[in-house]
Amino acid sequence: MPHIRSMSGNAVIAEAAIAAGCRFFAGYPITPSSEIAAVLAEELPKVGGVFLQMEDEIAAMGAIIGASLGGMKTMTATSGPGFSLKQENLGFACMAEVPCVVVNVMRGGPSTGLPTLPAQGDVMQARWGTHGDHPIIVLYPADLTEMYHQTVRAFNLAEQYRTPVILLSDELLGHMSERVEIPDAADLTIVNRRKPDVPPEQYLPYDVRRELVPPMANFFEGYRYHVTGLTHDETGFPTEDPDLAEAQLRRLMLKVSANADDILEWEEDGLADAEIAIFAYGAAARSVREAIAELRSLGVRAGLFRPITLWPFPDKALHLAVSRAGALFVVEMNMGQMIREVERSIRHIPIIGVHKVSGQPIDPDEIVFTVRDYLENGTLPRNAVYQMSV
Amino acid sequence: MGDTKIPNPKSQNPNLPSPLGRGAGGEGRYELRFSGEGGQGIILGGSILAEAAILHQGKYAVQSPQYGSRVRGGPTKVDVIVSDSPILYPRATKIDFFLALAQMSYNQYATDLADDAVLLVDANLVPHVIENGHVIHRLPIVEIAKIELDNEVLSNSVALGAVVALTGIVSHEAAWNAIEARVPAKAREINRRAFERGLEAAELCPTKPVK
Repeated sequence: MPHIRSMSGNAVIAEAAIAAGCRFFAGYPITPSSEIAAVLAEELPKVGGVFLQMEDEIAAMGAIIGASLGGMKTMTATSGPGFSLKQENLGFACMAEVPCVVVNVMRGGPSTGLPTLPAQGDVMQARWGTHGDHPIIVLYPADLTEMYHQTVRAFNLAEQYRTPVILLSDELLGHMSERVEIPDAADLTIVNRRKPDVPPEQYLPYDVRRELVPPMANFFEGYRYHVTGLTHDETGFPTEDPDLAEAQLRRLMLKVSANADDILEWEEDGLADAEIAIFAYGAAARSVREAIAELRSLGVRAGLFRPITLWPFPDKALHLAVSRAGALFVVEMNMGQMIREVERSIRHIPIIGVHKVSGQPIDPDEIVFTVRDYLENGTLPRNAVYQMSV
Repeated sequence: MGDTKIPNPKSQNPNLPSPLGRGAGGEGRYELRFSGEGGQGIILGGSILAEAAILHQGKYAVQSPQYGSRVRGGPTKVDVIVSDSPILYPRATKIDFFLALAQMSYNQYATDLADDAVLLVDANLVPHVIENGHVIHRLPIVEIAKIELDNEVLSNSVALGAVVALTGIVSHEAAWNAIEARVPAKAREINRRAFERGLEAAELCPTKPVK
């Protein structure tokens, strides 16, 4: 039986992290993520965990990489300015294949922007913030029960695929409280990294002859190996061998893309008969769901496609979901970021953006207004399924 | 005093309107907004009300705060929506009940009021209220906390008592249980007194719109 609580999004992340097995948090406080650190400072020591407030976000990112190599499940939490600082070490974790979870509770940007107000301006930075081609998994829930489950899942995916996982949230979700169903610990699936089944003298840390994700030895358990951000061979030492370099990067990317079916989660609602499909994620999806109820009461058949996994991008699922829609709206609290990915993916119907960067959440009425305006005045696509009903 | 049973508002004042079912946003939805200055504790007050509704009344509720970068003194608000079904958009759009403990907060956040909204403003700190046919109650909330109870920090407990008495959105007992779970043991009795003073003060309010 789930336990009913009233909690803020930030508190949910902290508690779910502990439930997932996180025993090490390093961070530097920043609005609107600070409550995650505050709760963990209180709770981690009670379960034998470690809370470290570092001198800055760069050091915090370094600390969670080191602690993860030492065998712990680790997390840091930040917001826009801090997320920028974490990017270099984040790339190191991708390259050295170190599992960890990075939470970004998004606020208005750029720079220090709107510290206490919500935005979704970091969704592209979450994908491409660190330099070079690199694998990344990005999750972004929309309600606080889901926040609990996706936080646990972030740790599981990090452990399973030996890669950093970014958990996105936003000021609205982070600071709001709502009814949360906390699952029993016994009902949670917990994934732990696979350890080597060979003795230390035979261990090759990046031996990928048989699998995409090599087993990971924890430091201080008798295994010694080299960890570097440089392109490396199976021993972990640097190499400039062209074949090895090509193979290594291709495998890193393949870890995520070949396992997309396991990594991708999304929600579809009302798309079976929808003439208007709406793509939205995180806090904005809550506004969209309310707008869809209003549109349907006005006779407009609207439906929602909500990626929970933002990256990798759910191309196939989106294609199938909107195959019968006449137009696709993309609603996001930024100047138009994921809409570019949607436009890359979906080419057979018009795509219309609804964007807001005022620091205020998108009012459902604004979405209803835009959709109705399009239906009444916009150019209609030539599509047999499409019917104008308002 | 601490063990006195707090009566339910319905049985105590049958003339109060039943809040659920007359909400602006649909069946069984009731929207409240508390506004004040940073430091007055209204955001915590919103959390406590949501907790009372979720944990002690079996309702759905969201509490969604908004504040600026100033630690103290800036205008703040918190929206609390209570409903029989899950709440999606967490901000109030048609407010049934509005509380203001500071004039600047009233000026900034007294928007999106339902036509039949009920307003509770601090009688001393919010002198200028636009009377659009709304029911407007004026109570010296901060004065009760500061002068009578000798601690301004108790303002939000006084306010919660008054809000619960005027709206009936949660039972007195549910509200007190939620407050009690949030206050340290040594502050329990004084918060109980503050909550009860809020209830008492609101019982004296007229129920007709102030013209």
